[in-house]
Amino acid sequence: MTMANLETQHAVEQFLYRQAELLDGKQWQAWIDLFTDDGIYWMPPEPSHTTWEGMPAIFAEDKNLMKVRMGRVLHPDAWSQRPLWGTNHVVSNVQVVSEDSKGNIEARSRFHMMELRRDDVRHFAGSYLHKLKKTGDGYRIQLQRVDMTNAQAAYDYVLQVWV
Amino acid sequence: MLREAIPDLGKMVEPDRVRRELYTDPQIFELEMQRIHETVWIYCGHLSQIPKAGDYYTLQIGRQPMVMVRKADGGVSVLYNRCPHRGAMMCGDLKGNTGEFFRCSYHAWTFHHDGKLKNIPMMESGYQGTRLTRDNPDCSMKPAARVDVYRGFVFASLAKDGPSLKEFLGPSIVAFDDMCDRAPEGEVEIVPNCFRVIQHSNWKLFMENQIDALHPSVTHQSTGRAAHEVEKEIAKNTKSGEAPLSYHMLSAFATVTIDKWDSFQTINYPYGHCILTGYMGLRPQDPDTLAYDKIMIEKYGKKRFEEIVGVNIHHVLVYPGLSVQSPLQQLRAVRPLSVDRTLTEIWHFRLKGAPEAIYRRSLAYYNLVNSPATLINADDLENFWKCHQGLASDGGDWVSFARHFGRDIEKNGAVESGPNMGTSEAPMRNQMKAWARYMKG
Repeated sequence: MTMANLETQHAVEQFLYRQAELLDGKQWQAWIDLFTDDGIYWMPPEPSHTTWEGMPAIFAEDKNLMKVRMGRVLHPDAWSQRPLWGTNHVVSNVQVVSEDSKGNIEARSRFHMMELRRDDVRHFAGSYLHKLKKTGDGYRIQLQRVDMTNAQAAYDYVLQVWV
Repeated sequence: MLREAIPDLGKMVEPDRVRRELYTDPQIFELEMQRIHETVWIYCGHLSQIPKAGDYYTLQIGRQPMVMVRKADGGVSVLYNRCPHRGAMMCGDLKGNTGEFFRCSYHAWTFHHDGKLKNIPMMESGYQGTRLTRDNPDCSMKPAARVDVYRGFVFASLAKDGPSLKEFLGPSIVAFDDMCDRAPEGEVEIVPNCFRVIQHSNWKLFMENQIDALHPSVTHQSTGRAAHEVEKEIAKNTKSGEAPLSYHMLSAFATVTIDKWDSFQTINYPYGHCILTGYMGLRPQDPDTLAYDKIMIEKYGKKRFEEIVGVNIHHVLVYPGLSVQSPLQQLRAVRPLSVDRTLTEIWHFRLKGAPEAIYRRSLAYYNLVNSPATLINADDLENFWKCHQGLASDGGDWVSFARHFGRDIEKNGAVESGPNMGTSEAPMRNQMKAWARYMKG
């Protein structure tokens, strides 16, 4: 791993913080817009998986499927969305793994997400791998891999939206 | 409310309604575990989960921690996951390989894969003259009373008497035949991943919901509608004019009308099992399907092929703990944890010999509908929790299963929902009838 320059490090960190803010703020469309048109959000059920294609996956969503999920949570009859719920993401340990000549980035980070649903609190934590494409309008996500430490445990209830 | 004894169970189940305590009383739960789950045939897993000698999977049958293990001779054992010495669990992991024998982590007692004692340290010096002799069954891991395998699917019963597996399954055996027959090689293999989700409600709510054909259009409207919008948009923007089938699988939850659900039929059997007929539109004429059809016709001949793909099944419920969607090769095993908590273990199978595209089609359903980020079950689980909360209240004493009551048709020992009454509550009435019979002990 090479040491990224401070400017790049700062830009990547700010991008990840913004993503966390959009999730916690339930700004679903703005969150989806962070992805490139062929971008993928992927959460494998176990860390040994190297691709989502043809594999069981907790999430393996392109932008169309993200749109389905957004449409569902915003639908007035999404019963599980009625109760009070919210999340709080903390993103840290940001490491720029590589940067190519075009400024495209691969970055690793860690997250901790607390979720409140009715009166119940759950904690999810793990690591992100982001493949970021540099555009004239800042970074866009080509691939976000989420390895959740809890991924292999039994789920007490389910995940409603992206982590 | 304090209760001194279990209430009179005979008065709790009527043909069209049951008392709410069936779902909320911890004593009734204990009795259910004893008289139903720890008596009947329970699904343990598939042989392809444990391909090599020593491979094991742990599971719960009723309240009993069990371990399913592959033997060196290719057979399978299902044992109580307990050392006969001081009671320590033999396998502390969900799955793994135990090697040539089981070895207790506490005092190193060892056992063969069939549970029989291999060795006790200090057998000669420490146990001479004691009751612990090599041929004493108390020195071995206790096996399930009965184990049987049907087309790779392993079942165990903790009661030594009772119907054979085949008698117990009866016509619901079609769930396994339907899956295996649609494989060009005549068998399925596990996709090595288990999605495990806990619901905060009694296990019976899950079993009732599985063949409640009225609920999808109400419960899953949000996902069905959202998927339908995106499906239309994709169709408009692609050359073929069609969106991938996975969108149809989701949009069907909203676009299949109640009339259509009513045109399906439920067939209910004495042990509580149920078949819901009705096709999910899984026989399209796209190139992937046609390629699969060709392989199948080569393998089975045209006539047998038509029989196989013509099997009209939406869902099969094997009471009390298994829900099978055979056309999509997936199943959910229900493991009750307590009166108000239930674990489901969700598996997907590959049709051996079928093209990759056919596997990926059902995989899409597995990921979208059955993963822990499910677009569908999230709302079921919400309803289950709400039901359980309401049933624990004194706001009413009964749960009603009266939809199309009195219109069921008895035929050849089975009970069918009436014509154009696919949304009938006949499956719940039948489950409760079976429940009451089991609970008499």
